[in-house]
Amino acid sequence: MAEPSGIVTSAITDAVLVNGERLALEGVTPHTTALDFLRDRGLTGAKEGCAEGECGACCVLVARPPADGSPGTEWTSINACLISAAALIGQEVVTAEGLGTPDDLHPVQQEMAERGGSQCGYCTPGFVCSMAAEYYRADRAPSSSANGTHGDNGFDLHALSGNLCRCTGYRPIRDAAYALRQPPPDDPFAVRRAATAPVPPPTRLQGDGAAFVRPRDLAMALALLTDRDAVPVAGATDLGVEINLRGSRPGFLVAVDRLEGLRRLEWHDDELRIGAGLTLTEIERRLAGRIPVLDEFFWQFASRPIRNGATLGGNLGTGSPIGDSPPLLLALGADVVLVSTERGERRVPLTDYFTGYRATVRQHGELIKEVVVPLPIAPVTAFHKIAKRRYDDISSVAVGYALDVEDGAVSSVRIGLGGVAATPIRAYDTEAALTGQPWTQDTVDAVAEVLAAEGTPIDDQRSSARYRSAMLGQSLRKLYAEQGAGR
Amino acid sequence: MSELSQRPEHAVVGEGMPHESAALHVTGRAIYTDDLTPRTKGVLHAWPVQSPHAHARITRLHIEPAYGEPGVVRVLTAGDVPGLNDSGIKHDEPLFPTEVMYHGQGVCWVLGETLEAARRGAGRIEVDYEPLPALLTIREAIAARSFQGVMPGAGRGDVEEALARAAHVFEGETEMAGQEQFYLETHASLAEVDDNGQVFVQSSTQHPTETQEVVAHVLGLSSHAVTVQCLRMGGGFGGKETQANPYAAVAALGATVTGRPVRVRLTRAQDITMTGKRHGFHAGWRVGFDDTGHLVALDTTLTSDGGWSLDLSEPVLARAICHVDNAYWIPAIRIHGRVARTHKTSQTAFRGFGGPQGMLVIEDILGRCAPLLGIDPLDLRRRNFYAEGQETPYGQPVRHADRVRVAWDQVLATGDVVRRTQEIAAFNAAHAHTKRALAVTPVKFGISFNLTAFNQAGALVHVYKDGSVLINHGGTEMGQGLHTKMLQVAATSLGVPLSRVRLAPTRTDKVPNTSATAASSGSDLNGAAIKNACEQITARLAEVDDGRNLAWDELVREAYFARVPLFAAGYYRTEGLHWDATVFRGTPFKYFAYGVAAAEVEVDGFTGAYRTRRVDIVHDVGDSLSPLVDLGQIEGGFVQGAGWLTLEDLRWDTTEGEHRGRLTTQAASTYKLPSFSEMPEDFRVATLEHAHEDGAVYGSKAVGEPPLMLAFSVREALRQACAAFGPAGISVELPSPATPEAVYWALDTARRAVAPEPAGA
Repeated sequence: MAEPSGIVTSAITDAVLVNGERLALEGVTPHTTALDFLRDRGLTGAKEGCAEGECGACCVLVARPPADGSPGTEWTSINACLISAAALIGQEVVTAEGLGTPDDLHPVQQEMAERGGSQCGYCTPGFVCSMAAEYYRADRAPSSSANGTHGDNGFDLHALSGNLCRCTGYRPIRDAAYALRQPPPDDPFAVRRAATAPVPPPTRLQGDGAAFVRPRDLAMALALLTDRDAVPVAGATDLGVEINLRGSRPGFLVAVDRLEGLRRLEWHDDELRIGAGLTLTEIERRLAGRIPVLDEFFWQFASRPIRNGATLGGNLGTGSPIGDSPPLLLALGADVVLVSTERGERRVPLTDYFTGYRATVRQHGELIKEVVVPLPIAPVTAFHKIAKRRYDDISSVAVGYALDVEDGAVSSVRIGLGGVAATPIRAYDTEAALTGQPWTQDTVDAVAEVLAAEGTPIDDQRSSARYRSAMLGQSLRKLYAEQGAGR
Repeated sequence: MSELSQRPEHAVVGEGMPHESAALHVTGRAIYTDDLTPRTKGVLHAWPVQSPHAHARITRLHIEPAYGEPGVVRVLTAGDVPGLNDSGIKHDEPLFPTEVMYHGQGVCWVLGETLEAARRGAGRIEVDYEPLPALLTIREAIAARSFQGVMPGAGRGDVEEALARAAHVFEGETEMAGQEQFYLETHASLAEVDDNGQVFVQSSTQHPTETQEVVAHVLGLSSHAVTVQCLRMGGGFGGKETQANPYAAVAALGATVTGRPVRVRLTRAQDITMTGKRHGFHAGWRVGFDDTGHLVALDTTLTSDGGWSLDLSEPVLARAICHVDNAYWIPAIRIHGRVARTHKTSQTAFRGFGGPQGMLVIEDILGRCAPLLGIDPLDLRRRNFYAEGQETPYGQPVRHADRVRVAWDQVLATGDVVRRTQEIAAFNAAHAHTKRALAVTPVKFGISFNLTAFNQAGALVHVYKDGSVLINHGGTEMGQGLHTKMLQVAATSLGVPLSRVRLAPTRTDKVPNTSATAASSGSDLNGAAIKNACEQITARLAEVDDGRNLAWDELVREAYFARVPLFAAGYYRTEGLHWDATVFRGTPFKYFAYGVAAAEVEVDGFTGAYRTRRVDIVHDVGDSLSPLVDLGQIEGGFVQGAGWLTLEDLRWDTTEGEHRGRLTTQAASTYKLPSFSEMPEDFRVATLEHAHEDGAVYGSKAVGEPPLMLAFSVREALRQACAAFGPAGISVELPSPATPEAVYWALDTARRAVAPEPAGA
């Protein structure tokens, strides 16, 4: 196995530590992706397959603080095609080349090679990195409860949900993943986990008429965001696509992904406050199953490498009508806390947040600070996502439910919808039709027709308008079939 | 047993081993064409100007503004072409067009110091278009009588008479979408010109010889002035059989014009909007059965969607026609074929090459007709299998027809199909909103290029004085494990350990006049050529040895000093093939590859979403050259086929709006490939025993394409699961691809159906 990337004690501000070597940033502009940065330096193991974080051929490992908030380091797989190289300044990156060599394969590489996990080999380095991240996950432990998505070694197959292979049909890759043991105690990457992850230092990188700035704190970020050209960027899972596929070249990028002021998760008696700068993975791990409906939600939100970068702030900030979180957050009655230098903090119900297609009440200079979910969560909750593919797809329709049933009747209900209008919407007509009604099949069949008529769905490449409407109605029937009995 | 197929004891072929580059793959050290770019000094990057119209005349092309962009070095247009401005194999594909024929077609190319400079330069170029009417769908093309190429027909017997006498006659239409190859590595070429004017193009091409020829004629050079090398490809699947040629030509032209290395590497969006895909097909059919469910007649017209130019559409159509029968004896049959010309990418080779489309027609017919006949689809299929001695519609005897039955019975036994079918019935009775189904389908796939001349190959084998061996052959490596097998063949033939043999990248200056690595024939052809070269050498060495049984290294050294040549050019041509394309008769295939799959699916009645619970396969690979490689081909082909049939959804804008003709699924986010969620949850694959193939190298069979068609079992299982939502005995029509939405409408229709009258004619 190769030597580890070394434990960094002093912050690096002018380079990225890759496979233990300092790589300088000559020629790098704010729009240079981490992938191009690596490849230009001869580290061509990571590949570009799609340039939008869908295929995972570009995946590399980054040393991050553990997602669950514990001390130490977690090897985290991310899409190098999406984030800018500048976002990695001062951080540690390991690529497939750094994990092992042909004469000294890493255990993940060994299993992949021996079991026929590679055919054309193009997606393989990315798979190896995603698999290695899960291999080193600190709380991965052998478990007898192996099922369709977990091996008896505790390997969670969702770790590979952001990696596509066109050759193998996946079975040998799954077998390789499920054959992994625990890392030996002297494994340098495993040892590395005990030390603190590097904190990205404040940086400023300029080039090609643009600037990338990582401010030292939230106050500085807010000050920078008052600039007319400023665009906040966290995991770049949306902005990176705009840059790569649609030629967007923002002039001033302000990195908000590691700002402590945006990264708290707090339980209060009557509400849960989720920092907008936490990644989806971090939220998932820190909630640790305490809100069951979110467990149904997280794995359906893009893929693991995307969740390792994407934030709730970003998902709400883009104002997309097909973001995965709004339907559920609408159903849960969430508020959004916005903050800016000019206006301070203000709290907006998510219901009032969206104003049009990719438009919201958020003003220029404002940043989403937190998402506030009122507690307790309603007893009947669900998240239904309709898409062509189960893993890592964009929804045709998504529905979030939160309802309360008292004495056999629906006492309160909120339903959030995505994909059926220019914005995520509440299904107000349906809510009104359900409230006070007995929670029975007859009610559900009648109200399903109301739900099917909500919104103004369109035909597009994902599905027909007719299917979208049908899925709304079917969604309520499915909810009742799965959660109606016995309530 | 033929000499070609005979396998010595202790052969290296037959041993299961990982891909020869596996250690390089997993460590990120395997080099693909575009990985050469950062390793090459002074490379210029290319970016195309793409047409925003599906069909338009270019009235003005103003390139000057591009030069205002810093870093732009050169804009390539038709005026730069010293040779022929055409990159097609049928001379119907101008490299720099005056009339654009599809949305996204390259108009001209900008070379820049950086990709960003080239991209910005391309954005500055002004093109005026005069839009022209565009045909987008097969149906539009049929209505407009827009066809291209030959319109072949094949058949046997008096179809009308047989239909008139048939107990049951059904007619219908079957339409199926195409498929994007979506190799993870997009097209890439890197071209340089040396001091002597020799053009060297490294290209992700499945057909280096043809790439060489196209580059040569664009540059106005002879073939000997152009060398093409393919290190390896990140997947090909047929999508790099002809489609690499224009991009290699652009790179080579740029290198010639500027004197600097030029790299063309398509972005995913460029690749998917510019390059050809699997052909979508339409079939109209009438079919007759006797009262015991035996097929008596089939009359069908196949129309493929060829896109804007011919490319490989004619041979794809030919293979479709030759596979409409799949594994079934159809006494009277008439098949017509034609290629529609539409204003889309020029559709091309994709694993199966028309075979899947032809076979889907008969499988669709059987799946739809079984309930109408009141016969279990399992019985209906088995009842109609070929028997030994029967001939295909084009007159080739179906050798080893029994293998389908053997494989079928094995799948039924090892897959525990009878018991599981009962369990499924019980499950379905107990679950109103979820239904399961199990279907079994066969594959018979002809191996060889339909065109006889392509069935030849060459190889070059060097034995160095130290006893080490270097082999070179005409086939390209795209992940299918060809090089792994070829190393095993060489080691077996020379009788040396695998570690003594190395393989050098595929280049046109080593082995000339090669055929495409296609038609599943890579191992058959190149393996036999390598074996031939090795045998020339071993024959010479045997004379030197003269019965002394010298160790290899010693023998080699002695042979050198005895002035015996230690290298040989090998050659092979497949014997016994003949094909008359004018009447569609002959023996185009050396043999047939067989397989059977049983798939069980579960469908959610609320949404149409489904999962593949279990798949059992028995597939005929002959005596496997490399079992792990073959297993990978079977599993991977199956999942790719399931992707085509159930998930992958090419959508073009067919409205009359301003984006008419635009591919709307042009990214990985909208064109969804199978992921882990589509993998069969329980996947059991066996290869057929006692399957020696006398006509191929070391008794093996080709395996690249046939397993793709095993995925019909998934489609048929989905059809049956949809039917289970309705009353017994209904026939379900299922679009292809059977996306969750399509499945939902099919099951919703079934759910609303009234019970049919029992069949009793």
